[in-house]
Amino acid sequence: MAAFLFRRLMQSALILLGVSFITFVLLYVLPADPVRQIAGRAATAQTVENIRQQLGLDQPFVVQYGRYLLALVQGDLGRSYLQKTEVVDLILSRLPATLLLMMAGISAELVLGLSMGIAAALMRGRLGDQVLMMMSFVTVSAPQFVVSLLMLYVFAVKLGWFPIGGYGTAAHLVLPALTLGILGSGWYSRMMRSSMIEVLRADYIRTARAKGLGRARVVLRHALPNAVLPIIAMIGIDIGIFMGGIVVVESVFGWPGIGQLAWQAIQRVDIPIIMGVTLVSALAIVIGNLLADLIAPFIDPRIRLR
Amino acid sequence: MTVAAAPLSGAVAAPDALPVLSVEGLTVSVRTEHGLRPLVRDLSFHVNRGETLAIAGESGSGKSLTSLAIMGLLPFPAVRATAGRIRLGATDLTALPEAQMRRIRGDRIAMIFQEPMSSLNPVLTIGTQLIEAICAHQDVSPSAAQTAALAALTSVRLSHPKRRMAQYPHELSGGMRQRVMIAMALALRPEVLIADEPTTALDVTVQREVLDLLRDLQRDLGTAIILITHDMGVVAEMADRVIVMKSGAMVEQAPVGSLFKAPAKAYTRDLLAAVPRMGQRIERPEPTTAPPVARLQDVIVRFPLKGGLFGRTVQQVHAVEKVSFDIRRGETFALVGESGCGKSTIAKAMVGLVPHQGSITLAGQTLSGLNRDQMKAVRRRVQMVFQDPMAALNPRKTAGDLIAEPLLIHDIGTPDDRRNAAADLMRRVGLSNDQLDRYPHEFSGGQRQRICIARALALKPDLIIADESVSALDVSVQARVLNLLRELQQELGLAYLFISHDMAVVDNISDRVAVMYLGQIVEMGSRAQVFSNPQHPYTQRLIEAVPVPDPAHIRPPGVRLSGDIPSPLYPAGSGPAPVVLQDIGGGHLVAQSWTR
Repeated sequence: MAAFLFRRLMQSALILLGVSFITFVLLYVLPADPVRQIAGRAATAQTVENIRQQLGLDQPFVVQYGRYLLALVQGDLGRSYLQKTEVVDLILSRLPATLLLMMAGISAELVLGLSMGIAAALMRGRLGDQVLMMMSFVTVSAPQFVVSLLMLYVFAVKLGWFPIGGYGTAAHLVLPALTLGILGSGWYSRMMRSSMIEVLRADYIRTARAKGLGRARVVLRHALPNAVLPIIAMIGIDIGIFMGGIVVVESVFGWPGIGQLAWQAIQRVDIPIIMGVTLVSALAIVIGNLLADLIAPFIDPRIRLR
Repeated sequence: MTVAAAPLSGAVAAPDALPVLSVEGLTVSVRTEHGLRPLVRDLSFHVNRGETLAIAGESGSGKSLTSLAIMGLLPFPAVRATAGRIRLGATDLTALPEAQMRRIRGDRIAMIFQEPMSSLNPVLTIGTQLIEAICAHQDVSPSAAQTAALAALTSVRLSHPKRRMAQYPHELSGGMRQRVMIAMALALRPEVLIADEPTTALDVTVQREVLDLLRDLQRDLGTAIILITHDMGVVAEMADRVIVMKSGAMVEQAPVGSLFKAPAKAYTRDLLAAVPRMGQRIERPEPTTAPPVARLQDVIVRFPLKGGLFGRTVQQVHAVEKVSFDIRRGETFALVGESGCGKSTIAKAMVGLVPHQGSITLAGQTLSGLNRDQMKAVRRRVQMVFQDPMAALNPRKTAGDLIAEPLLIHDIGTPDDRRNAAADLMRRVGLSNDQLDRYPHEFSGGQRQRICIARALALKPDLIIADESVSALDVSVQARVLNLLRELQQELGLAYLFISHDMAVVDNISDRVAVMYLGQIVEMGSRAQVFSNPQHPYTQRLIEAVPVPDPAHIRPPGVRLSGDIPSPLYPAGSGPAPVVLQDIGGGHLVAQSWTR
């Protein structure tokens, strides 16, 4: 177990290094010039050049990346070009909001997705199954901003059940979390359906029925833990897709999280923030996968971490 | 029902005259596009208290569907009972709604299944699964259910029952899991126990233990047993009465003695004739003194298990330990032993699928020093036929393409040549040429195995490794495939390495036999030496355990078998004690030192 954790943490460090490198290269070759953004349109060529020197952006790529890494290992993500604050502080101030939304969103997509998947598997081939799978198809293929705006329009603007945007109360959380939940549910319901159908065919399910157990116990106690195993590994992978959704949803609902921060930074080519948010997201994905691996042995005793 | 907390032994009443369970005119049908198609037709039988009724038949005879129909576990709505009655005492099960049927399942009728490996839920402990079976039917306190579960485990003679309660199925061997299944089925003392191929997936010595256990428990509890099996040896040993089924209908019903002595129907006679028996002397040609086609010397195969901080090898599975033997041209050399003894690993090492130490010489070439091209050339001399023909044939290729593929791989002949060769091979294995363009799923199991044999013959090898090649086939099909193998051997001078767990089949086909135990050969010699004069206790135990397809056969009251085979897993650096083979005369080699 300790050996497993040690190896995984080493791997994670390598992954983060790789992510930092690729992102840095992409931002370096980006045609948009951050210095122009900072200096503004009226600035003279001399001013632009001064700023460029100040930020060290005139240095060759290797020097720039080396400096960034050196700061990174000391926990320094640099300063925002435009907001003139430490990126670490910016991210830390917004992280709680994002984590809250993540927890709520992932819970929502799991509850929605898994229950839809189980229901569809139990009604396999019948009308209910087809309706549920149609719904999952719609949620998988619908663009994130369309669903976000639609939810906002119907439940906040038209019905007025929830606040239009912002942060603070539980009511503020409902719509963004539900939107994320709906967006992610289709994927999980399809996975869960096929996993459940496979498990329901297993010999031990027949044994459970032959014992005279009721349908609810057969499904919930015998089938569910086995069916959910492959899904757990998926949650780790899904966090990447989820982070993409969070950027859109936070922006639409005015949720002050790192997704919104990233969105604004991208528009203004504020490279330190983009780098910082990317690394934090990568870290979230790495931690998510690690957690998924650590949870699995609790459900399936056959899995041992070594 | 009696209180579950009581142990599984005690009062036994004499068999009643009234049947416990009776089936009248049962028809089970599947819904197809063209309406209902019957899979079981107009089946009637009954079973009395304390009696064992065997339902015997080959695959597709409808025997398993019959048992599922009794349990009310048919895959509704696709398959259901469309006619007839199933009566348990006075209750008509066919008329019961699911909620009431649920209360009968597990309580008054219980069932055990073929696959002990997959029949227990992998994520729940043995204790949980036993206790829930009890709690599903009895309103008892958790501690009373716990006590009852423990008593049930004790009654199936499982070692350390208390510890087993907290264990998960994967920590138990196949035989132990089947005992757990039996404990679960009998915990509530059902009136009827349906055992669907209960020992088919088990090794022969484990099968013997489980059959003994079932018989003992039946004597103590008076349970009526419906035993569903394809194995006529098991039928002869266990049954009081027998129903023979074929394609969904009953062929014959008779007491076990008269069925074996004087079968009334032709189908039953054929079925019984096809059953391989030990001690049948089939004429074999004299062994030649030609140079061996394969020679193994001190072959070792070990699989490392890695772990720790830097992935070092911490343990090793000693799959094969210092095995040496020759296979001569034109002979059948059999490797027998139970699962995990290393017999299949030897086959894999011989074709280069797993790395080995020691020396393997095929067609005069020692494998270890060969480069890619030389290895490919040697592979032409040795071909394999596997256990499951459906899994061994690519479902998207036609029979003709499958048979010609080895020629294609070794770049032999033109496309037309290859097609002609495939057609020849098809005829040779008893299939017709117009089946060349069919796909594997359009053939029966036996025909598919013929295709596999034809494919193995395509490169005109010296040696064919048949790894459990007839084990998955019905006995009548098995007999025909064995005949085909014999004919081909005589025509082509092939040598076979015949790997099997089935002692009766080995006795029928082999010239020489090696018995493997935990990766080592413990006895080796001619068929007559090993089967008529077995010396090693493990060989004796294997032969002794085989069910004899003759109800008149009385098993010598020897020692009851028990215990599991130890694990071949050792910490890195250590290993099993080496076995020393000694010639006790005429080339009959027996291990001189064995640890038990």
